[in-house]
Amino acid sequence: MNAQITPLRTPAEARLIDQFRASKAALPGNAAVALRREEAFATFAAGGLPTRRVEAWHYTDLRALMREARPWAPPPDASTVAAVRAQLDAEGPSDSVRLVIIDGVFVPEASDLDRLPAGVQVSSLAAALAEGRAAVVQHLAGPEIAQGDMAFALNAAFMRDGVVVEVAPHTDVRALVRIVNHRTATTATASAARALVLVGASATVTIIEEHVGEAGEPTQTNDALQFTLGDRARVEHVSIQRLPPGALCIATVTADLGARATFNSFAFSVGASVARRQLFVRCGGHAKTALGGVSLLNARQHGDTTLVVDHTAPAGESRERFKHIIDDEAVGIFQGKVIVRRGAQKTDGGMKSNALLLSEAAAMNNRPELEIFADDVICGHGATCGALDDNQLFYLMARGLPRQEAEALLLEAFAGEALDQVADEGLREVLMRHVREWLAARAASLPQSGFEPVGPAERGIIGNRDRTEA
Amino acid sequence: MLEIENLHVQVGGKAILNGVDLKVEAGEVAAIMGPNGSGKSTLSYVVAGREDYTVTQGEVRLDGDNILELEPNERAAKGLFLAFQYPLEIPGVATMTFFKAAMNAQRKHRGEPELDMPDFLRRVRAAAKQLGIEQEMLKRPLNVGFSGGEKKRMEILQMALLEPRCAILDETDSGLDIDALRIVAKGVNALRAKDRAFLVITHYQRLLDHIVPDTVHVMSGGRIVRSGGPELAKELEARGYRGYAEERTTDEIASAGAK
Ligand SMILES: Nc1ncnc2c1ncn2[C@@H]1O[C@H](COP(=O)(O)OP(=O)(O)OP(=O)(O)O)[C@@H](O)[C@H]1O
Ligand SMILES: [Mg+2]
Repeated sequence: MNAQITPLRTPAEARLIDQFRASKAALPGNAAVALRREEAFATFAAGGLPTRRVEAWHYTDLRALMREARPWAPPPDASTVAAVRAQLDAEGPSDSVRLVIIDGVFVPEASDLDRLPAGVQVSSLAAALAEGRAAVVQHLAGPEIAQGDMAFALNAAFMRDGVVVEVAPHTDVRALVRIVNHRTATTATASAARALVLVGASATVTIIEEHVGEAGEPTQTNDALQFTLGDRARVEHVSIQRLPPGALCIATVTADLGARATFNSFAFSVGASVARRQLFVRCGGHAKTALGGVSLLNARQHGDTTLVVDHTAPAGESRERFKHIIDDEAVGIFQGKVIVRRGAQKTDGGMKSNALLLSEAAAMNNRPELEIFADDVICGHGATCGALDDNQLFYLMARGLPRQEAEALLLEAFAGEALDQVADEGLREVLMRHVREWLAARAASLPQSGFEPVGPAERGIIGNRDRTEA
Repeated sequence: MLEIENLHVQVGGKAILNGVDLKVEAGEVAAIMGPNGSGKSTLSYVVAGREDYTVTQGEVRLDGDNILELEPNERAAKGLFLAFQYPLEIPGVATMTFFKAAMNAQRKHRGEPELDMPDFLRRVRAAAKQLGIEQEMLKRPLNVGFSGGEKKRMEILQMALLEPRCAILDETDSGLDIDALRIVAKGVNALRAKDRAFLVITHYQRLLDHIVPDTVHVMSGGRIVRSGGPELAKELEARGYRGYAEERTTDEIASAGAK
C-alpha cells in the first residue's frame, strides 16, 4: 500500500535526498536554522523537482531539464581565489564595492570589506547562520508568495554561504554594491548561495547582482537574494547573468517592501543554457516597484522569468516591463502574476512583455495574470510577440543600410528602450555594450544576405491568454 | 538613367502594375500623376526594392543595369533614393545615428572613406538650415512624433545628405503647408543637376509650379497611359482623370477576356 503512493524519484531527486542526508550536519546554522533546513527539504521531498504540472513551472520542467544533480562544489582554493580576484580587478566600475562569492562561498579576501561605505555592514551568511542571528534568521522565509516554491526551498535546505548586507537607516549609499557570484567550471558542480540585503528605513542603495563564470563543465546554480526594505527605503537592483553555455542557473529574488518603500529591479540575461529568474515582491502601503529586464537568447537557450507581485496594503504601485530577443531555436518565457489583496485599494499595476523573434524556430511564451480581490484598482497588462517590422527594415535599407546593420539598429533600439529603466548611467552603458556584443556575434554568424525574415504568417501572439496590444 | 520596361507587378496574387514603361534621363525631372490606387506608390516601392511585391514581367534599369535582383541598400548605394509617401517612425533609433549610418554605409559600398564627425555635423547642419529644420528635431528618435509635414521635410533632408543620382519623391507635397512647400521645392531645385534625375509623384499642380517638370506622365490602372510636357499637368488639374479611368476599364475588360 505504502509503496504505491511513494512518488517515483528521478536519479536527480534521489541524489538530492542522499546529499541532504549526508551533508546536513555540516551545513552552517544553529538548531533553529537546522530545523528550517529540514522543513524546507521536506517541502522538496514531498513534491520533487517541479514539472509542467506545477503552474509556476509550467514552461520550465525542471525534472526534465535537470537530469542529474551535480555534486556540491568544494570551497574555492587559493589559486582560484587569486585568479578570480585578478580578473575582477581588471574590470568593473571603479565607483563600486564588490562582495565576491565563488561557487556559493563568500570570499572576504576577494571582496572590498576594507572600503565599505559608511552605514554599510557586511558579514558572511554562514557566520550569521552559525550564530543564529535573529535579525538574519527572521528574514530567511521571505514573503508568503515565495514560500512553497521548490527552487527557493532547495536553496533554503542547501544554502552554504553568501553575504548579509545591512544598510543603516537614513543612509544614502552612493557607491554601487556589487555581489559577484562567480562559478568555476573545471568540474561539473552545484552551488547554492544566499544573500540578504537588509535596508533600514529611509536608506538608499544600489545593488548589482552578477552571475558569471568560466566556460567549461556544465554547472548548476540555485541562488537566492533577499531584500528587506524598511519604510521609505529605496533599492535599485540590477542583475546581470552572463554564465557560459551549458550552465543551469536558477536565481530567486525576494523583496519585502515596507510602507512607501521603492524597489526597482532590472535583469539583464544573456548566458546559460537554462536560466530561470524568479521574483517575489510584496508591496506594503504606498510602496512602489518597477521590475524590468532584457533577455537575449539564441542557440537552444531557455530563458524563463517568472514573477509574483503581492499588493497587501493600499495604494501600492507596480510596473513590470520585460523584453526578449529570441533567435535560433531558443525559447523565452515570461510569467507575471499580480495579486491585489482585499484591503489593497487604489493599487496601480501595469505589466508589459514584448518579444522579438528572429527565426522561425524561436518561441516565446507569455503568461500575464491578475488576481484582484479589491474593487478600486487600476491594473492592466499587454504582450506582443513578433518579428522585426518589415516596413521599418525596408525604410532603413532603402537609405543604404545593409540588412544586418538595419536589423542591429532596430534590435539595439528595442533593447535600449528597456535599458532606460536602469537609473545608473554607467551601468546602462555597460549593459548596452553587452547588447552590442551579442548583436555583433549574431551578425558575424549570419551569412551575408541569406537571412530569411519570419514571414507575416508566422507572426502572432503565442500563449497569451489576455488582452494584446499591437 | 532610369528605365522601366513593361513592368508587371502583383501583390498577394493581385495584379497592380500592368506593363509600366517609363524612361527618365539624366538631368530630367519627370512627374507622375494619376488617380488614387493607380499604382504610383507601388511603382516607387518596386523600384526601391521592397520585398512583398512579385515582379512577374519586365525590368527596371539604373544606368543600364537591371536592379531588380539587388537589395534595397545596394540600390541606394547605386544612387537611388525614395522619399516615402508615409515615412516610418523608428522609436529608439536616434536620428543622427541613423543619418551617419546611412551616409557611411553608402560611402563604404562605393569604396569611399567614412565621414569624420566634424564633416558629418557640418553637412547635417547646413542641409537642415536650408530646409528650415530645427536642431532640436534632429535630437529626437527618427520621425517619432513628427507631424506629417515635418516627416516630409526630413525625407528631403536625407535626400540632400545622401546626394542620390536618381530620386523618387512620392507625394512629398502632401501634408506640407504653403511655406514648407516652397522651402522643400527650393531644396529639390537646388539639387537639380545634369547628372541627376527626379521622378516626382504628385496629385497637385501646386508642387509643379515650384518644381517645373520636363515631362509629365499619367498613370492609371497600373500603366502609363499618357505622357506629355508640363502643360499636361495643367490640363489634368482642369479636367481631372475622366477619360483615363475609362481607358483602364477597357484594359481590364481586355485582360479579363484574354484569360
Ligand atoms: N500589400 C497590398 N495588398 C493588396 N493590395 C495592395 C497592397 N499594396 C497596394 N495595394 C493596392 O494596389 C493599388 C495601388 O496602390 P498604390 O499605393 O500604389 O496607389 P497610389 O497610386 O500610390 O495611390 P495614392 O494616390 O492614393 O497614393 C491599390 O488598389 C492598393 O489597394
Ligand atoms: Mg501613393
